[in-house]
Amino acid sequence: LQAVRSTIPGAVTMDKVTEFKDASSYNNYYEFGTDKGDPVEHAHTLKTSPWTVEIEGLVKKPGKYALEDLLKLSAQEERIYRLRCVEGWSMVIPWVGYSLAKLVEKVEPLGSAKFVEFVTLADPKQMPYVGSRVLDWPYVEGLRMDEAMHPLTLLTFGMYGEVLPNQNGAPVRVVVPWKYGFKSGKSIVKIRFVEQMPKTAWNKAAANEYGFYSNVNPNVDHPRWSQATERRIGEDGLFAKKRKTLMFNGYEPQVGQLYAGLDLKKNF
Amino acid sequence: MTLSRALLHPAAKPVLFVLGLLPFAWLFYGALADRLGANPAEYLSRSTGDWTLRFLCLTLAVTPLRVVAGLPTLARFRRMLGLFTYFYVVLHFLAYSWFDQGFDLGEIGKDIAKRPFILVGFAGFVLLTPLAATSFNRAVKALGAKRWQALHKLVYAIAPLGILHFFWMRAAKNNFGEVAVYAAILAVLLGWRVREFLRKRQARPSPGTRRPSAG
Repeated sequence: LQAVRSTIPGAVTMDKVTEFKDASSYNNYYEFGTDKGDPVEHAHTLKTSPWTVEIEGLVKKPGKYALEDLLKLSAQEERIYRLRCVEGWSMVIPWVGYSLAKLVEKVEPLGSAKFVEFVTLADPKQMPYVGSRVLDWPYVEGLRMDEAMHPLTLLTFGMYGEVLPNQNGAPVRVVVPWKYGFKSGKSIVKIRFVEQMPKTAWNKAAANEYGFYSNVNPNVDHPRWSQATERRIGEDGLFAKKRKTLMFNGYEPQVGQLYAGLDLKKNF
Repeated sequence: MTLSRALLHPAAKPVLFVLGLLPFAWLFYGALADRLGANPAEYLSRSTGDWTLRFLCLTLAVTPLRVVAGLPTLARFRRMLGLFTYFYVVLHFLAYSWFDQGFDLGEIGKDIAKRPFILVGFAGFVLLTPLAATSFNRAVKALGAKRWQALHKLVYAIAPLGILHFFWMRAAKNNFGEVAVYAAILAVLLGWRVREFLRKRQARPSPGTRRPSAG
């Protein structure tokens, strides 16, 4: 997948990139199983072609967009982002894609559209774990309109210079680097523009543990995991101390102003 | 050779000892050879927890199996299984203290106070300690069989704590499949004891008719 290095501020971290082997074999993708090793084992059944993404809701140009057209909509860029999982581990991944804003601008949202909702594939024929009661399928995620329009929010088609492996959310996903990983929906089939805050998958499952915003925040702990520190996969030895988690996963200079005046302890 | 004779074989205990160490050997080798996947620290924490629960189930299965299957010789293995339970819970606590907390005692204390699922797991570990410490013959003699048995009934409280700890950990991701399996096994093993207890109480003449009241 051809791409040029992004020039957007914050788009290329200097942190050491995680090995592809780790990034593609240690995944949370519950449609393929709840163990980190399940997705790489089971995701080969996912059929990524043909693929369309349906744009719905409060937009001037709704409709079905074929993957081929989405790939060509804007120049593909390489972005090296930190990924912080809510479970307390992190990676550094070179993604390939372009700012989601490009697509949003193209479909022309109405003024009444306040949120963007991402609906991901939930096909029990291709995904063995859909139908389990772990989550309410399909997996739905969402962003506030200004978050969706932020240039760092990436509509993602590839990683490590290749198209996305199935277990990483092929053929198209979003990546929102300043939020916990689960906010970045995989294998997206619908993007809806809505007025009300979307009911997102983990928020529905446990509202007291997973807020809508889910910005990376070392000062607000998850009841099960401390969020003050994280373990960088592959980089630190087994006995190395964990590293300190940064506010907004280190993207505070770029995204901090989106949340000016918002109580982040309440709106976790 | 019948099963009960095999259980009496002099090699039976050494064999069980080696079997019990196999998970540890794998984890030790895997950690050195970097064979534990992308997150070896998590792998070590989780598998030592899993093996604690497994050995706890095995230990608690000895008495019911002994009675139901008529294999009194099984009792020879109970202590070793119990000690393996403790061995793996110590490793589990060590993995948590080391990899998650960097051996910072202050942080560990704060974490135990802050997170209920850690507190419950820690309580199980603490309660298991006197059981392991009094597992040798001299301790049984020193305590007297009655007191020793009463003390070791603590395991009936420890098992639910272990399950609750595991349940709470998995609750974060709504992932209860394995929790249900362990809970069901332990429920059967503890349920059998409740039934035995009730049966024995019924079979026994009530104290009032057996002897005059102490008055």
